[in-house]
Amino acid sequence: MKAFLLTLGLVAALAVISLFVGVADLSASEENYSLLFLTRIPRTLAVLLAGSSLAIAGVIMQMLARNKFVEPTTTGTVEWATLGILLLLIFAPESSVMVKLIVACLFAVVGAVSFLFLLSRIRIQSEVIVPLVGIMYSGIMSSTITFIAFQYDLIQSIWTWIQGDFSMIMRGRYELLWLSGVLCIAAYITANQFTLVGLGESVAKNLGVNYRWIVIWGVCMVAVISGITVVNAGVIPFLGLVVPNLVSVFMGDNLRKSLPWIALIGAGLVLACDLLARTLRYPYEVPIGIIMGVFGSVIFLSILLHRNRQYD
Amino acid sequence: MIELSNICLSYGKNDILTNVSLSLRQQGLTSIIGPNGAGKSSLLAILNRLQKPTSGEVRIDGQPIDSFDNRVLATRLSILRQDNQINARISVRDLVCFGRFPYHNGRPTAEDWAVIDQAIHYLDMSDLQDRYLDQLSGGQRQRAFIAMVLAQDTQYVFLDEPLNNLDMKHSVAIMKQLRRACEELSKSIVVVLHDINFASCYSDEIVSMKHGRIAHSGSPEQVMQDHILMDLYDMPLSVQQIDDKRLCLYYL
Repeated sequence: MKAFLLTLGLVAALAVISLFVGVADLSASEENYSLLFLTRIPRTLAVLLAGSSLAIAGVIMQMLARNKFVEPTTTGTVEWATLGILLLLIFAPESSVMVKLIVACLFAVVGAVSFLFLLSRIRIQSEVIVPLVGIMYSGIMSSTITFIAFQYDLIQSIWTWIQGDFSMIMRGRYELLWLSGVLCIAAYITANQFTLVGLGESVAKNLGVNYRWIVIWGVCMVAVISGITVVNAGVIPFLGLVVPNLVSVFMGDNLRKSLPWIALIGAGLVLACDLLARTLRYPYEVPIGIIMGVFGSVIFLSILLHRNRQYD
Repeated sequence: MIELSNICLSYGKNDILTNVSLSLRQQGLTSIIGPNGAGKSSLLAILNRLQKPTSGEVRIDGQPIDSFDNRVLATRLSILRQDNQINARISVRDLVCFGRFPYHNGRPTAEDWAVIDQAIHYLDMSDLQDRYLDQLSGGQRQRAFIAMVLAQDTQYVFLDEPLNNLDMKHSVAIMKQLRRACEELSKSIVVVLHDINFASCYSDEIVSMKHGRIAHSGSPEQVMQDHILMDLYDMPLSVQQIDDKRLCLYYL
């Protein structure tokens, strides 16, 4: 509990720093001060919400697939959401954010369901095969997206859409992310059920859990969180993989206990990366997707090595 | 009482179970034995409601199994199958606490904790209760799952090969504890066993299965016979009487 509060304080401090990092000096004039409410606060909130909800979507996906090495960006879910947006860009370029969101979420549902279906058809579910299938599946989806985008000369627009980036966030353009925040709370309420689903269908059913409904509920949650973040901020890779695995090392996999940590560390990690993204080439920005990719892969590799050492 | 009547299960042209009818005793230890592929695990999957039988009916205390609410059923019968997640980082204590989930739904009461502590103690896991499952040996993990099922405290308990991964000492300890639970808590426990000598020494009743059918059922004295077992397993063996137990020698 003490450690949790300490980390919470640290993330809060980062959030405050984030409010004052930017090209304009807030104290310089009245006009600049209003930037605080127009962009700085919305951006910081968006980062925090996206961070915690993506980390939670990752761990839920891991429970549903019963494998620690999957998350929405490595199993085709996010690619499906992107495909939805691409099709909208082609056939209904004028559609509102709300329409984009709904389409992205629906496509993400198809993505998550088709991945789980694919898994249920595979006989050998070793720890390595499952993430490999996911990576292949998302690879196929990405090339489909590139192919279609190429045909319509939309490669550049779709690239800007999916590149994880918070620099366009301002008041009135991030509020949908609050819905992810609500979903995080809903996930916490059903945390025990997800833990039991992670222990397998027979254990879950033996303990009276309605397995099918929890899987459907989990898929919807993962899809909506993926859809919302892709529409608002783009793709942030590795987060859903790294954070749950990191938390699992010291908190275990009982979601009732680990979910608050996953949300907090997810928010903190994205915030730290966003701060780096904004200061590395000041006054320019590096897309956060790239920073996250670099850090994510390094952290992930070290967790893998740590795990192996533990088993020896 | 649990009654299975005319259960059939087939995948396409393969018949897994054919006309299995069985009533399981209200109290006592029943062992199910039989060669690989006899349909023992499929039978448990049907009781677990993981699998719907192609035809036939399962009744629990007179009611069809499908008419039960999930949570109510989870307080009547518990089933531990073999394919348990082994790399989950859940502590033994948390796992056993989940055994009470049908009762507390996430908010264990003092009474629940008492049952949980008792189950942990019963399986000799007190020193290991804060370890994660992935830090345990196969046998310790098996005991943790059995503790979870005991904490579930149901009248009917089904265990699929509970002695898997266990050494001699712990196998005997578990069989003694299951025996004790039958007598002291008047439970009905059904175990699928491969070691028929354990079945012979600890059961009230042995049910043998072959090719998806019930071959024999009866007391250990009735089933532990040379010709019955040779027929069941298609191999030479001999049953010996040692003190008051019948033991099967099949190693040579």
